Amino acid sequence: MAEYQNLFTTVQAVGPVHPGVALGHGNSPRTGQPLINHWIGKLGNAQLGPIYLGGLGLASLFCGLIAFTLIGMNMLASVNYDPIQFVRQLFWLSLEPPPPSYGLSIPPLNQGGWFLIVGLFLTASVLLWWARTYRRAVQLGMGTHIAWAFAAAIWLFLVLGLFRPILMGSWGEAVPYGIFPHLDWTAAFSLRYGNLFYNPFHALSIVFLYGSALLFAMHGATILAVTRFGGEREIEQITDRGTASERAALFWRWTMGFNATMESIHRWAWWFAVLCPITGGIGILLTGTVVDNWYLWAIKHGVAPPYPEIFPAMVDPALSNGGKP
Amino acid sequence: MSEFKINALKQAGASRWLQSLGLLLIGLLLAGCERPIPETVQTGYRGTGMVQVYNPRLLEAKTEQNQPPVALPSPGSDGPKASQVYKNVKVLGHLSVGEFNRLMVSMSSWIAPQEGCGYCHQLQNFADDSKYTKVVARRMVEMTRHINADWKPHVAETGVTCYTCHRGQPVPSAVWFKSDPQPYGSNFMGDKAGQNTPMEVVNLSSLPNDPFTPFLLGDQKIRVNGPTALPSGNRQSIKQAEWTYGLMTHMSTALGVNCTYCHNTQSFQNWTNSPPQRTKAWHGIRMARDLNLAYLEPLTEVFPDYRKGPTGDAPKLNCATCHQGAYKPLNGAQMAKDFPELQKHPEVLTTKVAAK
Repeated sequence: MAEYQNLFTTVQAVGPVHPGVALGHGNSPRTGQPLINHWIGKLGNAQLGPIYLGGLGLASLFCGLIAFTLIGMNMLASVNYDPIQFVRQLFWLSLEPPPPSYGLSIPPLNQGGWFLIVGLFLTASVLLWWARTYRRAVQLGMGTHIAWAFAAAIWLFLVLGLFRPILMGSWGEAVPYGIFPHLDWTAAFSLRYGNLFYNPFHALSIVFLYGSALLFAMHGATILAVTRFGGEREIEQITDRGTASERAALFWRWTMGFNATMESIHRWAWWFAVLCPITGGIGILLTGTVVDNWYLWAIKHGVAPPYPEIFPAMVDPALSNGGKP
Repeated sequence: MSEFKINALKQAGASRWLQSLGLLLIGLLLAGCERPIPETVQTGYRGTGMVQVYNPRLLEAKTEQNQPPVALPSPGSDGPKASQVYKNVKVLGHLSVGEFNRLMVSMSSWIAPQEGCGYCHQLQNFADDSKYTKVVARRMVEMTRHINADWKPHVAETGVTCYTCHRGQPVPSAVWFKSDPQPYGSNFMGDKAGQNTPMEVVNLSSLPNDPFTPFLLGDQKIRVNGPTALPSGNRQSIKQAEWTYGLMTHMSTALGVNCTYCHNTQSFQNWTNSPPQRTKAWHGIRMARDLNLAYLEPLTEVFPDYRKGPTGDAPKLNCATCHQGAYKPLNGAQMAKDFPELQKHPEVLTTKVAAK
């Protein structure tokens, strides 16, 4: 007899493969013969497929593939089409936005033109995929919570690559498409705007990022800990609270005096996750447009403490002709 | 054998396999660690991250690499002058013959210990200027004097000698050339915007890897921060911040120090809470720019092609040329005081032997 208490999925219930519920008028048929894979079953459901592609999915994949290929071709060209250097330098390579001098005008292809084309296709791909998540949820008779959570991430994506560059009047403000280059961009962004750690929306975003991870760990651990009492049937237990729910609640009341419910924990998790990119996006959008130097802003409004001056008083040498003889 | 036993054996094999895989993964993870554990030295207010991080093993190696050579004893300034005894002595003529020869021997051991006098001189006629190295060396003597006399805000009384940069090599180990903006034929795709190549000068980051042309040759604005909390006309872009970041990364690697050696962690821009070293570095940037413009670029025509960069420019200096990983070149050894010949002399104060 298998014991149902686990960290990884140790019990795989295998039955006849399930093609999914019947779809109404206007839907294309699902693609692929479903199959059962033991190793996929270690992580999630053992059934792979069928996949619903549909018009939106195809259009999104098509646009995404164009963007992906153009980024890759630009990276390959930047190492003179040398496949070995392409692999060696892959994490350094990038498709860069136009120089700031071009403003919002259309630059030559190799001076950011490719970047704008990629941005167009990537944005189209992401928005089409969003429409797909929305429509699939509706067709399955679900709520649209997933689509709106995805929209929160898209908000941050559009702030970084579209809204803020337009407000700043320069495509050069956008994020490069590259692994290390986008990280260096992030650091340079903070350096340019006087230390992003003093941006309260950045702070909120971090709260929700780490908070999401903490909530996810707390919730996952709680449910796994009460699976032997049927705690995995969370939604059922919202209305029909059983011993799993009671024990989980009791544990948190004993340890921290307060507990979420089987329903509210999911609202907590959803809002924490969604607020991370929403507050982050607000913080990015305000940077440079409304606030130019977050350190000076924080000092001005008493957000940051001025630390004691422990070095000998120093003046900017540029003010005194450099003290040069 | 019963089915139960076979299963147990299979499980034991699988768990051994998993164990070794786990050990391998832990090993791979730890392979990225630096040894031994770095030492942290607090330099500023507590809890603000104002620290310097040192690896004792690397620091020891660096200390060994930065030992100054022993100076030859000075013969004194008595006796006939070099200009009276030798021909074609343009910048060292006021020295006594003894001082002059000591400097020549020292220069040969500092710069061309393998090649000797013949690296710069025609051995049949030492007065001859036909070797480019002699013309360059003469200009470099002038540059050394200029640094020791006019750049005290950076080099203070420690000063510099030829050895500060050369360290026994004809070409100092760290020099730079203008980068080729379009190294490959095509101009259709694949522009790197001057960055995104792992290069030592920017500590293998993807930052702009020739921050020297705009800042240590040109006079582009290094400061990107605005002076007010709210926007008031500062149009410096994030891309410009990346160029500044590239230069600062070079300075940090060249001196073997962290950002906090010169900056405070709250605000990189704020001067009132910055360590005093920042002023030294400020002058250092201006010094490098001055030397590149006044001494090295004008030598372009003198250098043979094989000494020039991909765009045909003369080799130029940056922070690493002197510092070579140390916070002070040669860890602050007072080498120049043994060579007053390399200080500015009143008689040659106005002499300026332009190379060509």
